[in-house]
Amino acid sequence: MATPSKRTNSPVLDGLRREQDTPTAWIFALPALAGLIFFVLAPFLLALFLSFTNLRLGSPLPLEFTGLRQYARIFADAAFLRALQNNTVFALMVVPVQTALALGLALLINQPLRGMVVFRTLFFTPVIFPLSLVSVIWILIFAPGPDGTLNSLLQWLTLGAWEPRDFLHDPRLALPAITVTSIWQGVGFQMVILLAALQSIPAELYEAARVDGARKRQQFVHITLPALKNPLTFVILVTTILAFRLFDQVQIMTRGGPNHATTTVMYEAVNAAFGSQQVARGAAMTVVFFTIVLTLTLVQRRIAGQERATS
Amino acid sequence: MRCGNVFARVAAYLILSGMALVFLIPVAMMVSGSLKPDHLVLPEAGRLVKLLPTEPTLENYRDVFARVPFARYMVNSIFITGTIVSCGLLVNSLAGYALSRLHWRGRKAVLTGVIALIILPLEAIAVPLFYEVTLFGWRNTYLVQIVPFIANAFSVYLFYTFFLELPEELEEAARIDGARPIRIFFSIVAPNSQPVFAAVAILTFLTQWGSFLWPLMVTHSESVRPLPLGIALFYTLPPLQWGDIFAFGVMMVLPMLMVFLLFQRWFVQGVASTGMKG
Repeated sequence: MATPSKRTNSPVLDGLRREQDTPTAWIFALPALAGLIFFVLAPFLLALFLSFTNLRLGSPLPLEFTGLRQYARIFADAAFLRALQNNTVFALMVVPVQTALALGLALLINQPLRGMVVFRTLFFTPVIFPLSLVSVIWILIFAPGPDGTLNSLLQWLTLGAWEPRDFLHDPRLALPAITVTSIWQGVGFQMVILLAALQSIPAELYEAARVDGARKRQQFVHITLPALKNPLTFVILVTTILAFRLFDQVQIMTRGGPNHATTTVMYEAVNAAFGSQQVARGAAMTVVFFTIVLTLTLVQRRIAGQERATS
Repeated sequence: MRCGNVFARVAAYLILSGMALVFLIPVAMMVSGSLKPDHLVLPEAGRLVKLLPTEPTLENYRDVFARVPFARYMVNSIFITGTIVSCGLLVNSLAGYALSRLHWRGRKAVLTGVIALIILPLEAIAVPLFYEVTLFGWRNTYLVQIVPFIANAFSVYLFYTFFLELPEELEEAARIDGARPIRIFFSIVAPNSQPVFAAVAILTFLTQWGSFLWPLMVTHSESVRPLPLGIALFYTLPPLQWGDIFAFGVMMVLPMLMVFLLFQRWFVQGVASTGMKG
């Protein structure tokens, strides 16, 4: 972080200079700060506060402090526990597959071959599709019966041996189906970030390695991978957090079903607060969600920080 | 060696083309489905040859307008997203400038606060925010879909880091000539910062244009609802007519696709910039 002022030799002048813009600066920053305080910080503090109460919208009961009761309740709720489990399983499927795919595509596209821009455009295009539209398209792909796109593809590949499945209503297949949908929509985003990192590696490094007789593989291990370490940890963090934010696809494709097989923390929180007006319960789930996001972020900072310290 | 090179090249193209099909087919299915009679879309969903409609019709497009207020959704989406993007650019860039260039008491504390807020995604505050706007009586308005999303900690941070790296000489000269910060910002800094304005505009646009969770929670009239919610509701509106749904999808994504193809370089740079700052 750079200090914005150039130092003079006079401490008095420095002191004045350090604060010379105070009124103007506050005017500049105020609109953004007001927005952040009212619509980010305040709701966050409100979530903490509400999670220790019994608040329900439209309830005649007076507001009461109930301590940790909301937390005790949600952690005793099978649906919420299933939601936590689903988010974790979803993250464990999405993060490795999507990261590997994004990296693979970025490496392929980074080659000095013709037409790579066309492929980049193609792979990035789903990113600009709203998730709700993507979900609807994939409902048809996962349609039950032999006419569904995926079913008929699998039948063709297995020469007719595949038994058509109802992917989105099968407790074992519904979450993987949502996983595929999400990867299809999101992989282009990660690919572009990794591609930019690849392209920012100075060509001289490879040149020097070649002169020293390093093979392609050695170049990859000793130049490409180290340069990708920070962007990769970043991409993994963002994808993991995104996995815990999962909502749109679930709401549209399965409504958390069948039998909670695809419910998520956000789906449960929204349903508690919005569906059954139990704002305090939804707030407690929100706090759990935030704790997960915070933990993930701190872990990533730790890894990136270590990297910075050692390099 | 040369032989291996050719082989690797062919392999690369084969893999990329295979992947291209995976990305293209769902989109092609949507476009082709939008041109087919409703009753043929599902039965032909599994037949690659049927991606070319045998008797293309525009009837689905007419049906969309007859069955739902599509134009209204579109206007709402454009208005909501456009306002968030333009107000956001102004408000967040000014804050980023104050944090990176001006000398003021409280700068460090504010900067730390802004950086801390970056990790709070909408999902972490959606429920209490829902309660808050209910208290304000803002539900089912444009206001509730716009105002909370104008100020954005990550946008402020992107502006802040960009302005830090801008050469200071130009501003110094204007300062010595007695120009005020507001003038310096609008006549010198902003015109020289197109990349960051473009990146923030595109990132904001991408998140807001697809916004679904929040409008689902806070709106209940078609008159204020945006497109992403519109298509989800259209899908649940009986009778289920796939041709109509896909016609809705095509019309919904077409403007976005054109913007993307025109400003592709900016999109890619904008997205890439998020990784650089991580």
